[in-house]
Amino acid sequence: MRIPERLIVGVLGACAGLTILITLGILYTLASEAVVFFSEVPITDFLTDTQWTPLFTEKHFGILPLLAGTLLTSFIAIFFALPIGLTIAIYLNEYAPRSFAFSIKPILEILAAVPTVVYGYFALTVVTPFLQGFIPGLAGFNALGAGFVMGIMIIPLISSLSQDALYAVPKSLREASYGMGATRLQTAFQVLVPAASSGITVSVILAISRAVGETMIVAIAAGMQPNLTADPTVPIQTITTFIVQISMGDVPHGSLEYRTIFAAGISLFVLTFILNNISFWFKKRYRMKYE
Amino acid sequence: MHKKLEARNVNVFYDQTHVIKDVNLAVEQHSVTAFIGPSGCGKSTFLRLYNRMNDLIEGFRKEGEILIDGRDIYQRDLRVEDLRKKVGMVFQKPNPFPKSIYENVIYGLKIRGVNNKNLLDETVERCLRQAALWDEVKDNLRKSALALSGGQQQRLCIARAIATEPSVLLMDEPASALDPISTSKVEELIYELKSQFTIIIVTHNMQQAGRVSDKTAFFYLGELVECDSTKKIFTNPTDSRTQDYITGRFG
Repeated sequence: MRIPERLIVGVLGACAGLTILITLGILYTLASEAVVFFSEVPITDFLTDTQWTPLFTEKHFGILPLLAGTLLTSFIAIFFALPIGLTIAIYLNEYAPRSFAFSIKPILEILAAVPTVVYGYFALTVVTPFLQGFIPGLAGFNALGAGFVMGIMIIPLISSLSQDALYAVPKSLREASYGMGATRLQTAFQVLVPAASSGITVSVILAISRAVGETMIVAIAAGMQPNLTADPTVPIQTITTFIVQISMGDVPHGSLEYRTIFAAGISLFVLTFILNNISFWFKKRYRMKYE
Repeated sequence: MHKKLEARNVNVFYDQTHVIKDVNLAVEQHSVTAFIGPSGCGKSTFLRLYNRMNDLIEGFRKEGEILIDGRDIYQRDLRVEDLRKKVGMVFQKPNPFPKSIYENVIYGLKIRGVNNKNLLDETVERCLRQAALWDEVKDNLRKSALALSGGQQQRLCIARAIATEPSVLLMDEPASALDPISTSKVEELIYELKSQFTIIIVTHNMQQAGRVSDKTAFFYLGELVECDSTKKIFTNPTDSRTQDYITGRFG
């Protein structure tokens, strides 16, 4: 190989290596601080205590309220985004004329490009007041409004990836179904969606990871009160918003309170890591079926 | 003789391309007709006119009439879903749904709202027996159809196609993706099914056309060159182009 070419290969390799190094660095920071945290707070307390009050005089370090808040808002988001996203995917792939589908997809993806801080204020000042018209007991900060807006944000993620999955279903299956006299709707729901189910599952899992890691919307619109509840009408706190709260700077560096964010961070990391692995596993299975 | 299928002055265009040129063809009930001809001669397109599968293709346009039992199947008041219940189709590549064997066979009934368990069970057994697959799969009806071999999958597709009790079966090179043993099984099956169905089979395989069909239609460049008894086509064709094709001079 000539020298310039070697140089380029070297630079490319270094770039690839850098991302791995950064990931490892993040992991190391999280783990080393979390180890100190868990030497002071037993991990059983962390996993089973039902209160999270690290900033109060009577300190409790139970991750469950934060986990509940995270799962609640994510579930609400998926609850709205999955039916809508899947319907859009089916419409674009099976009904819309090709040219229309091609031009509408980028427009739809703008939804994912709106800054999350804008979404946060949208949830707080538009969606929640609107929902309060129907749900009298709805608090000003709540999981429902935040989850709903997060759902809007992840619609393009689900619709785009689901459409790709539907598109990858072999044409022969479509023909078989039409040849049996099935309508487009029957073909879509009885053949294509089941055949694309692993790809659709991947899209949902990635959307959940996105929702679990989402910070700004929930920080602005869901309140900042750790609350072990499944009630979407009251204020809650998610793992991410707690980290934001601590890292604002009021807590002395190196204190136990400060280290809670690393414990929370590593919990979040484990959660999204599991989700990504499940999605990776589904993707692999899906490839094996059709390639 | 009952004319089951009839094509009158049929022309087909894809946008500006003229792919079927003024074809007239009558097909007798309970017979097997083979469509032969070189690639791109329009035989598959012509086959797909009978169940309106070409309707899905953008730019498709048809002139002339296609009649089944004397009725124009391109009439506006006819639902294409009802037509396809009467005209089953088997494709070149086995294309079972990624569902169980059982679910595959009952698909045509399921989408028409049939839920009677006994009727579905009976249909599955009857159709799988007719497709000569019953003995091989009767203990594994809940197994995924994708686990079957290619030949078994194709027979399953035949079972699926006859489950809605069609009167016409269209087969688009049904054995071209199969090994010789599976091919001969499918051919035997075609022979068996003839008593109940009017069958049209598109094939590239001349020997196959000779083995299974009563009549053979030779297509060339979008024209129906000639259609006659299979014996006559293969021994004493009228047109020199047919002669050239079956003797392997081109194609």
